[in-house]
Amino acid sequence: MHGTAQSDIHPAPSSFLRRCVFSTDHKVIGRQYLGIALAWALLGGLTALLIRWQLAWPGTPLPGSDLLSADFWEGESWLARSLAHGSIESEFYNKLFTMHGTIMVFFVAMPLLLGAFGNFLVPLMVGARDMAFPRLNMLSVWTLVVASIVMLVSIFVPGGAASAGWTAYPPLSTVAQYNSPNWGQNLWLLAVAIEFASFLMGGVNLLTTVINLRAPGMTYFRLPIVVWFQGIAAILFMFSVGPLIAGAVMMLLDRLVGTGFYTPSMGGEPLVWQHLFWFFGHPEVYVIMLPGLGLALDVFAVFCRKPLYGYRVIIWASIVAGALSFIVWAHHMYLSGMDPRLAMPFSITTILISVPFAVMMFAMIATLWGASITFATPMLLALGTLLIFLLGGLTGIFLGSAPMDIYLHDTHFVVGHFHYTLFSAVFFGGFAGIYYWFPKMFGRLLDERLGKIHFWLTFIFFNAVFLPMHVVGLSGMIRRIGDPTLYAFLKPWQPANVFITVCAIFLTVGQLVFVVNFFWSRMFGQRASDNPWQSTTLEWGTSSPPPHHNYDTLPVVVRGPYEYSVPDSPQDYLPQAQAVVAGPTGRA
Amino acid sequence: MLWWMPESVSTYGGDMDALFSLIFTIVSVAFVLTYGAIIYALCRYRRSRQPRARYLPATRLRQYGWILGLALIVLVFDIAIDHHGASIWAQMKTTMPPANVQVRVAAKQFKWEVVYPGPDGVFETGDDAQTDGELHVPVDQVVHVTLTSKDVIHSFFVPAFRLKQDAMPGRSIPLWFQATKAGEYPWPCAELCGFGHTGMQGKVVVHTAADYAAWQQKR
Repeated sequence: MHGTAQSDIHPAPSSFLRRCVFSTDHKVIGRQYLGIALAWALLGGLTALLIRWQLAWPGTPLPGSDLLSADFWEGESWLARSLAHGSIESEFYNKLFTMHGTIMVFFVAMPLLLGAFGNFLVPLMVGARDMAFPRLNMLSVWTLVVASIVMLVSIFVPGGAASAGWTAYPPLSTVAQYNSPNWGQNLWLLAVAIEFASFLMGGVNLLTTVINLRAPGMTYFRLPIVVWFQGIAAILFMFSVGPLIAGAVMMLLDRLVGTGFYTPSMGGEPLVWQHLFWFFGHPEVYVIMLPGLGLALDVFAVFCRKPLYGYRVIIWASIVAGALSFIVWAHHMYLSGMDPRLAMPFSITTILISVPFAVMMFAMIATLWGASITFATPMLLALGTLLIFLLGGLTGIFLGSAPMDIYLHDTHFVVGHFHYTLFSAVFFGGFAGIYYWFPKMFGRLLDERLGKIHFWLTFIFFNAVFLPMHVVGLSGMIRRIGDPTLYAFLKPWQPANVFITVCAIFLTVGQLVFVVNFFWSRMFGQRASDNPWQSTTLEWGTSSPPPHHNYDTLPVVVRGPYEYSVPDSPQDYLPQAQAVVAGPTGRA
Repeated sequence: MLWWMPESVSTYGGDMDALFSLIFTIVSVAFVLTYGAIIYALCRYRRSRQPRARYLPATRLRQYGWILGLALIVLVFDIAIDHHGASIWAQMKTTMPPANVQVRVAAKQFKWEVVYPGPDGVFETGDDAQTDGELHVPVDQVVHVTLTSKDVIHSFFVPAFRLKQDAMPGRSIPLWFQATKAGEYPWPCAELCGFGHTGMQGKVVVHTAADYAAWQQKR
C-alpha cells in the first residue's frame, strides 16, 4: 500500500445523489432495501388487519368510515368503489388476502432478509470492500423499486388489484369472465416478474462476492452461518425461479393473447401452473427461512458466549434441507387432481425434511447448554425465532402427512402453520438482526427498554393470534372466506375469530413500539462503539458505521466465526481477524 | 384435538381421527421435551448463574453424534407416521369399493350441481334428476361421486366425512364415501373460486334407507 490511504483508492462520492440515492455502496443499498421492506411491511400489516376486521365483524363498516359523507361513498373515488359504504365486500376481501400474501413474501421477506441483510452483512462478513458488482447491485435495488411501483399501480387501475390469491391458480387468474381484475392481474404478474429479475441479479452478485472476495484466511468453513445461509438461499432461488418465470410468461400470454396454455377447453392444463409455481414455491420458503434462521443463529452464539454447537453439522443440514426442498413441491397439491399415487412419495420426502431441521433445532438447543446467556433484545428475538419455528415445524408434520392433509388442506390450520414458520424467520429473525446490527448500520444502539416491550408484545400476541387459528382450522374453517358467519357449522367459533382479531390489533400496536424505537434511536440513540456486543465476526472489527471502503487494512482471518469463551484466553471472545485488532482499527 | 373437529360420520373418518391422535401424541411429546430442554437451559445457564460459558464447539462426530442419533429417532417417527398414513390414503384416494349409488357433481361459480342417474341407474337418459346445492345419499351405502368443474378450480369438502377433493376443469375425478349416520352435513367449497367463494356451500343430506326411498319417490 505504501501509505496510500484507502479513502484515496476507493473514494466516497461527494454529491448527495451519488452518496445516498444512486449509491453503489453495499451498505447504503442494504439500508435502501431495509427501507423498502419496512415500508411494504406497513402496507402488508394493514391488509392483514383489514382481513381480520372482516373475519371478526363481517360487513361492519370500518372504524372511521362514518367520518366520510354519504356523498363520498356514492362517489367514484378509488376508496368508495373498493368499500361499500365503508365495509369490505367479497371482491375487495379477495384482493386483500391476495395482496397480503404477495407483499409479505415478495416485498417484505425477500427485501428484508436477502436484500437488506444480504447486502449489508455479506461483504463486511467476508472481509470485502463491497459486493463483487457494485453497479449491478444498484441496478438490483432500483429494479425492485420499479417492481414496487408497478405493484402499487396495480392496486389502483380500473378493476382493482389482483384477486386470484398469491398463488394465482388458473383458470381463475387467466380467463377474464371468471374474475374481474384485468390490468390488476397483468400488472401483478409483471411486478412479480420484475421482482424476480431484481433478486436474480442480487443472487449472482452475492454468490460471486462470497466465492471471490473473501479476505485472506477466510475459508468456507470460517464463514459465519449468516453468509452460508444467504449463499444457500441464493442458490435455491436461482435454481427454482426459472420454471416459475416460464410459467408466468405462459400465464401472461394466456391473459394478453389468449394462448390457452392453462385452459382445458383450448387444450391447456391448469395443473401445469401449480407444478411450476410450487416447484419454485417450496424452495422459496427456504429462500426466506434460511437467512432468517441464519441471523438468529449468529445472535445465539454471541449472547450465549459460546460457539455454535456443531457449526459444520448445521451447514450440512441446511444443504440437505435445501436439496430436499426441490422434491417436495407436490405436497401443496395432494388434492389437486394429480395422480393420487404421487401423494405418498411426496409425503415421504416432505416428512423427511423434518430431519435436517431437527438437526438445526437440536444444535441450537445444545448451544444453550452450558452457555452464559444474557437476555438482550436481539437474544430474546432469536429465542422467539427458535421457539416459534419449532412449533411451526411440529404442526407441519400434520400437513406433510398426505391423508391428514385431506382434512386440513385449505383450512385455517394451514394459515396458522405457515405463519409460525415464516413469521418466525422473517419477523423474529429479521428483528433480531435489526436490533443486533443496528449499531453497525447506523452507529447508534436501539433502545433496550423499548426493544424488550416490543419483543414481549410481539411474542405474546403472535401466539395469541396464530395458536387459536389452528383450532379454528380444525373445526373446518376454510381459508379465503370473508364471512364465517355465513356457515352454520362455523358460528360457534365466531368468538374465537373475534379474539384472534383483537389480538392481531395488539400485535400491530406492538410493532408501533418498534417504529418509534427505530426513528428515535436513529436520531437520539446511544452512540455505539465499534463492537458493542463483544462479537467475533469481521464486521465488528471496523468502525460503527464502517467507512465507505469498509476496512482500512483488509483483515487477515485466523480462526472460525464463533470463538467465544475459549479456555485460557484473556477475554471471552477471540475476533476472527486478530491482525486488525492488533493494528489500527480503521478509523481515518 | 378431536373434540374441536366435527363429529366423524364416514367409514374412514375414524381412521383419519386416529391418525390425527397418533401425530398429535408424537408431536406433543416432542414439544414438551424440546420446550422443556430450552426452558431449563434458559433458567440454568443465565449469565448470573453461569458467568463463563463452557467451550463446546462440537467439531467431531464423537461430539455431535448424539444430534444425529436424535435425528434418527425423528426419522423413525416420521416413517411410522407415513407408514400408518399410507393405508388411509390408499383407502380414501387410490382404491374404490364397489358402488351402491352413483352421482355426478359439477362445480361452477358459485354452486354445486348434483346429477343422479334416476330410476334406470344410467346417466344421460331422460330420467336423470338434478339438485343444486344438495347431495342426497343413503346411509351405510358406498357412494361414488364423479367430480367435475364447469369453470375454475373448486374443492369438494365435507368436514364431517373428513373428505376433500379439488374439482378441476377438464377432468373427471372419482371419489367415494360411505356415510354412517343420517343427518344434514355442511358442504363448503374449499378452494378460492372467485368473488362468490365466500358463501359457496351446500349440504349433504344423508337419509335412512326408508327416508331415501321416499325421497326418490318424490323426485
